Amino acid sequence: MNEPARRPDTVASMTDHRPDSDDLLAGDDPARPRDWWLYAKSVAVCGAVILVTAPLLHVLEPSNIVMLLLLAVVFSALRYGRGPAVLAAFVSVAAFDFFDVAPRFTFAVSDVQYLVTFVVMLIVALVIGQLTAGLTYQARVATRREDRVRALYELSRDLAAALMPEQIVEIGTRMLQAEFEARAVFMLLDDDDRLVVPAAAGVDAGLANWALAHAEAAGQGTGTQPASAMLHVPLKAPVRVRGVVALALRNPQRLKVPEQRRLLDTFASLLAIALERIHYVDVAQKTTVQMESERLRNALLGAISHDLRTPLAALAGMADSLQLTAPPLAPAHAEIAQALREAAVRMNALVNNLLDMARLESGRIALNLQWQPLEEVVGSALRSLGALFAGRHPIKVALPPDLPLLRFDAVLIERVLANLLENAAKYTHAGSAISVGAAATRDSVEVWVADEGPGLPPGREALIFEKFERGRKESATPGVGLGLAICRAIVVAHGGGIRGETLPEGGARFVFTLPRAEPPRIDEPVDDTDNAGMEAIE
Amino acid sequence: MSASEAPGKVLVVEDEAEIRRFIRLSLQAESLDVSEAEGVQRGLIEAGTRRPDLVVLDLGLPDGDGIDFIRGLRTWSEIPIIVLSARTMEADKIAALDAGADDYLVKPFGTGELLARVRAQLRRHPRASADAASVLEFGDVRIDLVHRTVERAGAALHLTPIEYRLLTHLASHPNRVLTHPQLLRAVWGPSHSEDTHYVRIYMGHLRAKLEADPSQPQHLITELGVGYRFVP
Repeated sequence: MNEPARRPDTVASMTDHRPDSDDLLAGDDPARPRDWWLYAKSVAVCGAVILVTAPLLHVLEPSNIVMLLLLAVVFSALRYGRGPAVLAAFVSVAAFDFFDVAPRFTFAVSDVQYLVTFVVMLIVALVIGQLTAGLTYQARVATRREDRVRALYELSRDLAAALMPEQIVEIGTRMLQAEFEARAVFMLLDDDDRLVVPAAAGVDAGLANWALAHAEAAGQGTGTQPASAMLHVPLKAPVRVRGVVALALRNPQRLKVPEQRRLLDTFASLLAIALERIHYVDVAQKTTVQMESERLRNALLGAISHDLRTPLAALAGMADSLQLTAPPLAPAHAEIAQALREAAVRMNALVNNLLDMARLESGRIALNLQWQPLEEVVGSALRSLGALFAGRHPIKVALPPDLPLLRFDAVLIERVLANLLENAAKYTHAGSAISVGAAATRDSVEVWVADEGPGLPPGREALIFEKFERGRKESATPGVGLGLAICRAIVVAHGGGIRGETLPEGGARFVFTLPRAEPPRIDEPVDDTDNAGMEAIE
Repeated sequence: MSASEAPGKVLVVEDEAEIRRFIRLSLQAESLDVSEAEGVQRGLIEAGTRRPDLVVLDLGLPDGDGIDFIRGLRTWSEIPIIVLSARTMEADKIAALDAGADDYLVKPFGTGELLARVRAQLRRHPRASADAASVLEFGDVRIDLVHRTVERAGAALHLTPIEYRLLTHLASHPNRVLTHPQLLRAVWGPSHSEDTHYVRIYMGHLRAKLEADPSQPQHLITELGVGYRFVP
């Protein structure tokens, strides 16, 4: 009976153990030639007992020699494992028969009673050997398991203290080296969620990305390119895969053992969870900083807007009330008062533009989105500019009656319209018409403001939407070139677009789009009492 | 039409001295009797002792919110309140109007605008008690509240029940800014106070039926982001 390598399974089933024990194989496998050495040693132990007892044959009872041989079997079981113990059991029975039972140096037996001794001796030797080997084996398994738990504990303890991804990489590299004798290369995600693949020997960027995308190990020993030099294990965290670790194992066979494989997976997820934790700590920190700077900016904007607007409002108002004084101002003075007021109002518009731009630029403008008809904002924009147009520009409004409801921030879209209308008035001659129109397309509504002026400067149609850009540089027309930039920022925030064009028949046209969506349903309440009454009278 | 036929007392509650001064100058030019206060507490005391016919109120005051003033005043008085606010503060305007303010002005405003609003409020108010008018007229539109009919240029006009209710509610509050939630509560009932698009759609219908140019209305005016104002 010499079946060297398959011990563990038998023991496992015998001792009713989970195949946990498999990992002992890993240690033994490379030392296969040593197995024979173990068998030889167990035979040698039996031989030594025979040798030592040979001169004492006349002193010792054969039963005591049996006892010593049993001791040799137990020793073999303890030191060399189950197989050598079995061999020792047979060898000791045979040797006892051959050397110690008369007639000596033959396997023949004169006293038949010795047959009973042989059988019992063999059975006892086998059983004791088995039990002893089993116990030793279990003790080793327990030690292994303890080692594993300790390794995991150390890993999680170290990871808990880590504050930077670099620390995690360092800890992971060290622990993987200690536990798996593996050279580890970590690949983490950058800010754009791309894997950073270092130029390390054996690392396969393609495999690493595959492992990342599929959240599955790839490379050496797996189903994907098993011939590759390294094993690429994804670092799977609860939310997503946080990176890939490539392992160059000194002994790739090790991972054939499920228990080792599981340990590696546990290592990988511990590392991944630590990476994820740090990622979210980072996110939380950035958010806090951002909120703080947002708060500061808003406070600043609020203060500026209040401190600038209040004196402007007072200035405009007082210039206005100059004209109410008694006795009335001389015409020249009245004109100055009027100019004062206009300057203050213009200044105010400028401050508004700057503050609006600052608010829009801050990125997180909260749109007050409501379902509403376009007609209302058009009306409101025209009304707010009433004084500017009165008697100067005839306004043509062409809104199709079947325009769908749109979802937008009325105040901001009015601002877009007002800016466009104001521009049109600014760059055209008195008396030329300005038209406002809209048309629905399949997935958006186009709104335009067109004038009969000189049109846009050729080649600058896109540029005029940039901040501080003006159609004509040296122009006497007031403004700093924020109007269109604000328009674009607002329209883009709504998910639309804006463009300017010169019409073939002359004049400029600015078109912006607002996305269409399914408007909410309108329930007409069912009470026809009023209606009935009215109908009756009509 | 001017203050001569209805001279009134106006209380200005505003913390900025320059703005207060220009408001006072403008109102005094209309021979209105102007008193001033710098904060909420002072304003409420002034309002209690001087019994003004109108209050002009700034929303940002040093010792509290203008809305506190409105709530305080509304516990015992129905006099009109005109609120002054910054341009982008739609939520503040709505809150002030819902608390009981009647109208608002966005800074900076001219004397012309201010006086027009003040006159409109002073004119409107004495009539509010005698609210028994059975016929409302504006432009070429005539609403007969008793017979529930609406005519435009002498021709009968068909309105749905909702349109009729919305119109009469607006028409019975002339020159007053009514917020979307206020209109929803009055016309649709309390369960619809979130569906502001209802008001907008029906307002569009009303304009189409009553206004000469619905995109440039003369009577049913949009106060963008806030609500509507009916101008007779």
